[in-house]
Amino acid sequence: MELQAQLNVGRKAELLATAAARQTVQADSLMMRRRWGEEAIRAVLFFCGAVSVLTTIGIVLVLGNESLLFFSSGEVNIIEFFTTTVWQPIAGSFGVLPLVTATLMTSLIAMLVAIPLGLGAAIYLSEYAAPRTRAILKPVLEILAGVPTVVYGFFALQTVSPFLRGVVGPDIVQFQNMAAAGLVMGFMILPTVSSMSEDALSAVPRALREASIGLGATRLETTLKVVVPAALSGIVAAFILGVSRAVGETMIVALAAGSGPNFTLNPFQAAETMTGHIVRISGGEISYNSIDYNSLFAIGLALFLLTLVLNLISQAVSRRFREVYQ
Amino acid sequence: MGEVQTRLPADEAFRKQLAARNSAAVRWQGFFLGAIVAGMILLIVLLLSIINEAVGLVALKENIPVADIADRPLEELAAPDLAIILQNNLSKGRLQALFIQEILDPDIDRSRLGSDPVHVFLPENSYNPVLGDKTFVDLSPDELAALLAANVSVDRLRDLVYTDVVGLEILESWPLLTSLFNRAAIDQEIVDKQQGIGLPSSYTQQQIDDIKAKYGVARVEWRSWLNRDFLTGSMSATPADAGIRGAITGTLWVIAITLSVAVPLGIGAAIYLEEYANPNAPINRIIETNIRNLAGVPSIIYGLLGLAIFARVLEYLTSGRIFGVEGTNGRTTLTAGLTLALLILPVIIINAQEAIRAVPSSIREASYGLGATKWQTIWRQVLPAALPGILTGIILSLSRAVGETAPLVVVGAAVFLAKDPNGPFTAFTTLPIQIYNWAAMPQDQFRDAAAAGIVVLLLILLALNMTAIIIRQRFSRRLQG
Repeated sequence: MELQAQLNVGRKAELLATAAARQTVQADSLMMRRRWGEEAIRAVLFFCGAVSVLTTIGIVLVLGNESLLFFSSGEVNIIEFFTTTVWQPIAGSFGVLPLVTATLMTSLIAMLVAIPLGLGAAIYLSEYAAPRTRAILKPVLEILAGVPTVVYGFFALQTVSPFLRGVVGPDIVQFQNMAAAGLVMGFMILPTVSSMSEDALSAVPRALREASIGLGATRLETTLKVVVPAALSGIVAAFILGVSRAVGETMIVALAAGSGPNFTLNPFQAAETMTGHIVRISGGEISYNSIDYNSLFAIGLALFLLTLVLNLISQAVSRRFREVYQ
Repeated sequence: MGEVQTRLPADEAFRKQLAARNSAAVRWQGFFLGAIVAGMILLIVLLLSIINEAVGLVALKENIPVADIADRPLEELAAPDLAIILQNNLSKGRLQALFIQEILDPDIDRSRLGSDPVHVFLPENSYNPVLGDKTFVDLSPDELAALLAANVSVDRLRDLVYTDVVGLEILESWPLLTSLFNRAAIDQEIVDKQQGIGLPSSYTQQQIDDIKAKYGVARVEWRSWLNRDFLTGSMSATPADAGIRGAITGTLWVIAITLSVAVPLGIGAAIYLEEYANPNAPINRIIETNIRNLAGVPSIIYGLLGLAIFARVLEYLTSGRIFGVEGTNGRTTLTAGLTLALLILPVIIINAQEAIRAVPSSIREASYGLGATKWQTIWRQVLPAALPGILTGIILSLSRAVGETAPLVVVGAAVFLAKDPNGPFTAFTTLPIQIYNWAAMPQDQFRDAAAAGIVVLLLILLALNMTAIIIRQRFSRRLQG
């Protein structure tokens, strides 16, 4: 009896042990075991993704911190910064308005070129061109976006500006001027506006076009009264993104728009933009902690916020348009 | 029964209206096509105007023709021969000046030159022991020339012969179109200047005589600003012998650093977002949105970031002091490369994400089914399948980095470099920055050099984009086949 009981206990223990072993085997072969190598890889990859967030934090911190130093230096107050019209760091006057007006002026001229031409090109590509024509025309247009901006700047300074002086008159048009820079910038932005607008136009359902043509409208009437209104939010998003590009564009205005702040709305005069000013001042050996150095970051902060808001609006508008037809 | 009335107004007014509608259609279609044509015309005009500047007639002046000082082209002469030419044609004072300018460390105390033996200023083994304890002022022209030959590179010696002996100077340059179609006017202008006619009345007699003398020995000839010397020459203060060797090596260094940082980070981030991240977790949503927004930040802002963080805060690292490099500040090739890496990172991530997303999930499932781990699946199946798409994205962002100017000017590109950038811890310049500096110079001839630089830049970009297109086509063919 005793022996039997002992044997039973032994069997039981044996059975339990096998079961436990089987369980471990199962746990090992399935998800339960942590693979430290895989975990480490995951962590490294997460870090790669986080670098972009660190970049944004870096931008905000750097711009914010240096701007704070600028405004707390005692030489400038924030109201003067945004309301006075003379930017002359040597004389201690820091009114950002002349730089802002020049930025707005060149961007305005650029959009006057890029909006009609970009939308026109988009309509042609989306509504008129045969697929084969489109396959040729579109890449050619996109070359415009791939030309480095310093090349455009050279072109604006060396070719467009003399041309304007020849046409309008050398007394009216200065050697560097906002008009030449703005015009060339418009062509640089054209592919951005056209390819985004074209996406919006192509997303309009075919049924809308067919209904319109079935009612007797010409292709033009269909395009202008049905397709374009239906795609309007996407087109507007493209325009806003174009403005954001124009505001942030640097080399064209640095070379062709002007090399000194000038508070004017005359497009034929030379005037320095926000970006142009940053490039010119930082181009020399600028010493850290000087008021000049800090002022660059204050201008940079204004520029960053302006383009950020424009980009966010553009994204919000285009998200709305996507929701309508999908 | 009433008459059946046709609802279509088939009368005169309708026909008129229809004609108007149709003609409006034609007019607008013309405008839409015109918009594209305008873009293309601008592109063509842009290219033509650059070629127009890069080739053309120039008026040259030489003090002594090359044929008078050497029986062979200067390019074939070795250093000692070039030094002898310098010795034969320059005064002792000028040779001494060259010695100081080319060989001596600019920091040494000049007053010691008169008293200390000359070999203390020279590196070991670079002088003839026969000099003994001679001081600098006692050196004969022979000895000065021998020292120049031993301590200065052949290229530099040749430059010196050109600038100091031959005295090659470009007095004036004309664009291609003028050169082709208005040759008579150019010749007339030269003749006028030789006689001092048509100069501004504000010129003094001295200035007029100068111009007469210069143009008296001038000759007009064709010149392509894009030539071998331009590609291999170092920076120069005179447009005639300005070159882009330094700018090109600088570009290569900066781009190499940019890629080695941005490519692993970008692909890693894309893998994380596509394969690992739960798209609904807030942190991952933040990363996604953030990348989209970073792609829209103006490039000059990245320049400010690089200036404040890489050039200033991390100066200890970027100047190379951490590795024992001396005499540099934070405005180095490394700083430039890191700044551009942050700039192109969003573009690489977005493109790589799309490429990874395009890999069919059946491939992943098959791999898991065979027992592979997640990383094994990604490394051996997903990445190879996505590689062509990722490569295309990398090349396209690379061509953006190559042409980028503004952020590099802001982080502190050097305006003039005596030495080519040759490592991560040297002052830098790049091709677009060189073009910017030349374009901003007041002298017309630097614009010609800028145009030649632009031709080189555009050719590089063209080659990059062709590569991207070829990769993409190969890939799509493989998918079909």
